[in-house]
Amino acid sequence: MTHAGLVPAESPSLSPGPISGPKPANLGDILERVLDKGIVIAGDIRVNLLDIELLTIKLRLVIASLDTASQVGINWWKADPWLSADAANGSDQRALEEENRQLRSRVKALEARSRDDG
Amino acid sequence: MTANRGWVWMYGVTGEPPGAFADSVAGVGGVPPRTITAAGLTAVVGDVGDREYGEAALRRNLEDLDWLARTARAHHAILEAAAERGPVVPMRLATLFTSDAGVTGTLRDRADDFRKALSLIGARSEWGVKAYAVKPADPAGAPGRPAAGPDGQATGPGAAYLQRRRAQLTASKDASSEAMASARTVYAELSRFAVSSRLYPPQAPDLAGQQAPMVLNAAYLVADERVGEFAAAVDDLTVRHRFVQLTLTGPWPAYSFTGDGDGPGPR
Repeated sequence: MTHAGLVPAESPSLSPGPISGPKPANLGDILERVLDKGIVIAGDIRVNLLDIELLTIKLRLVIASLDTASQVGINWWKADPWLSADAANGSDQRALEEENRQLRSRVKALEARSRDDG
Repeated sequence: MTANRGWVWMYGVTGEPPGAFADSVAGVGGVPPRTITAAGLTAVVGDVGDREYGEAALRRNLEDLDWLARTARAHHAILEAAAERGPVVPMRLATLFTSDAGVTGTLRDRADDFRKALSLIGARSEWGVKAYAVKPADPAGAPGRPAAGPDGQATGPGAAYLQRRRAQLTASKDASSEAMASARTVYAELSRFAVSSRLYPPQAPDLAGQQAPMVLNAAYLVADERVGEFAAAVDDLTVRHRFVQLTLTGPWPAYSFTGDGDGPGPR
C-alpha cells in the first residue's frame, strides 16, 4: 500500500477563531465511513466481506495511527469508561471484582475467628 | 455493457425512488446510477464491468489506494446526491451482485432492517466534528521565565537550554491534557443536541491534512430542525476551549447510524 493515495485533496488549514462553516470532506472521513459502516449485505462476490474486513483493519492502522496517538496521550476514548463500553466493562469491572473477592475472604476470616472466640 | 460479464454495484437503499440524478453525477466506473425497486424500497445501483470489479480484480484493486480513493469518492458522491433528496441507507463499499435479481432479493430479505434504518435517519442528518490540539496564541509561563537565576548565578547555555526545554515540555504536556479534557467536554456538550453519536479513532495528521494532532473524531445524528443550534454550539465551544480547534463536516449520508451492530459477517 502506498501512502500517496491517502493524502487528501482538500487540506483545510487551521484558522484562528471559530469555524465559519462546514469543511469539505477529506478522504479519511469518506474511507472510514464507506468501509465499515452501513447495513452489511453479503453480495454475490463471496470473498468481498472478508477482503473488506482486512482492508478496513489495514486502513484503520493508517487512518488512526494509534501508535502516534498513544504516544501523545490521545487515546482517552479507549480508557474513559464514560465513553467506552470496553473500558467500563474492563478495568473498573476487574477492580470491583478484585475488591469483592478481598472483602469476601475478609468476611470469611472474621466469621471463622468469631466462631473460635465463641 | 458489452460481451463482458457485468456486476451490479449497490450504493444504498431509499424509501421513495430518489428521482433522476443530474448528468454530472457519475458513479463508480464513471457509470451513472439507476434504481431497482422491490418491497416498497428502492436500491440505487450502477453497472460495472468484470475486468475492474470482478472478484479477482476487486481483491487486487482494493489494495491500490489510488483506485480505492477514486472508488470511495464515486460511491460517496452518489450517496450524497441521493441523500439530498431524502433518507438513504448506505451500503458498504463494494457490495456487488451478479444481477438485478440479487438486489431485489436483498431488498425483500432485509426489508425490515432497511425500513428500521430509514425511519431512524428520516429528517435527520449526520455531522462530523473533529477537534485538533492547538497551542493557545499566548502560552502562559513560557516567555516570561528567566534563563538565568535571579541572583546572577552562572548558568551556561546548556543549563539555559535545559531549563527552556523543560518549560516547553511542561507547557506542551499541560496543553495536551487541556486538549484532552476539552475534547471530552466538547463531545458531551454536542451530544445534547444530537439523537445519537459515535466516536471514531482520531486520524493520523497526514491523512487529515493537518499538522496538529487530532484529539476528537466524532459523528452525530442531528434532527434537521436542530442543525442550526448544533452548528452554533460548535462555534461557541471552539471559542470557549482555546486548546482545541474544532471543524465541522456535513451533512453526511447517515453512514455512521445505519449499521446493524458491529458484527462484520453476513446473516
